[in-house]
Amino acid sequence: MAKTITTRELAEKIVNQEETLILDVRNTEQFEDWKIEGGKAEIINEPYFNLLDGVESLDEKLDKNQEVIVVCAKGGSSVMVADLLDEAGYQNAYSLEGGMKAWSEHLEPVKIADLSDGGSLYQFVRLGKGCLSYVIESDGEAAIVDANRMTDIYEKFAKERGTAITHLLDTHLHADHISGGRKLAEIAGGTYHLPPKDAEEVTFDYAPLKEGNDITVGKTKIKVQPIYSPGHTIGSTSLIIDDKYLLTGDILFVKSIGRPDLAGLADDWVKDLRETLYSRYKELSYNLTVLPAHYSFAEELHENGEVSARLGDLYERNSGLQVDDTEEFKKMVTENLPPQPNAYENIRKTNLGKISPDTEEQKEMETGPNRCAVEG
Amino acid sequence: MEIAKVLDAKGLACPMPIVKTKKAIGDISSGEVLEVHATDKGAKSDLTAWAKSGGHELMKDSEEDGVFKFWIKKA
Repeated sequence: MAKTITTRELAEKIVNQEETLILDVRNTEQFEDWKIEGGKAEIINEPYFNLLDGVESLDEKLDKNQEVIVVCAKGGSSVMVADLLDEAGYQNAYSLEGGMKAWSEHLEPVKIADLSDGGSLYQFVRLGKGCLSYVIESDGEAAIVDANRMTDIYEKFAKERGTAITHLLDTHLHADHISGGRKLAEIAGGTYHLPPKDAEEVTFDYAPLKEGNDITVGKTKIKVQPIYSPGHTIGSTSLIIDDKYLLTGDILFVKSIGRPDLAGLADDWVKDLRETLYSRYKELSYNLTVLPAHYSFAEELHENGEVSARLGDLYERNSGLQVDDTEEFKKMVTENLPPQPNAYENIRKTNLGKISPDTEEQKEMETGPNRCAVEG
Repeated sequence: MEIAKVLDAKGLACPMPIVKTKKAIGDISSGEVLEVHATDKGAKSDLTAWAKSGGHELMKDSEEDGVFKFWIKKA
């Protein structure tokens, strides 16, 4: 029997910049659509059905003593291929438990900073999907921003650190992943905050996330200050944390900017997006550290696995912020857009509380990359 | 359409539907048609890619009540 590796072990290798060789045995179309990336991971694709009669075709690509991690969609075919490799004399063939489905669910916490009065800020990196969520801790309380569906991971993190989850915030109504905010608020007895303009159709109670409604975490008052920043959605709201960190949601990323079309209103929202990126954000301190809700490219991960940048630096080098001409900007964010995220319409409906798919269906809906950005 | 063989791969998870399809196609002659029934959601894109790589023709596919059916003409 071939050895196995967990998504946690693989995530640590990637974040720690270890040389990692991955053999993805899904079919080539699936592989090209969405794959494991980041750190020093090298990846080869050879569909499992080409290996049923033997793995000799891999001999020229792989070294039999080298560690190779076999990955498939759900963890079935990868066991078979790892066994075949093992029988063929490969000493270090591992199968990734649960495949890409499990990889999509893994969250890797990375500490971003200490905040004033003993607080701290963590970024949870969803390596398999490029989603970033945040935990702000202070004085035994925790606020979570843009929480993913896998609520148990945040619960466990809070429990281990002895914090009570008091506030759950979504910077906007997500279309690429199912929010865990509402569920966590129910479990932990916290308050769920959502921008009211994104919440007109919701079927549940929430606290309006808007300018002027500052939120404090813990007695030491880590300030969470909402800034209205529409464009990706009409309600999109950024958050300034502790006067130093700017959580931009899906408006501004490190190498790209938000796309305005996922709610079907691209033309209406282009002006808002332009206004937010080219005026509103420019009024903020350029020394704020931008912490987005997504990343799209493996190279956006820093050496320690975090994704961040100084706002002023992004005005120098993010291609989406360098377009002076309004018409040209409009073209960039409405034409030749990448495909929309998998099942994005049903994901929005789920986040509005209009439909309630079961866990297995939710996993299927979230398959694939986030695709919330448009590159300039 | 004349069916040379029917393969029931319902309830089997990846990679078994393809492993069994590959074996079954070995039992029929070139130009004959194999009908495959499967319930694994990944079966469609894998069977399509597998048939293409082997030069077989995926003539038709359908889905009803969670059962996927495929008709593959052997190369």
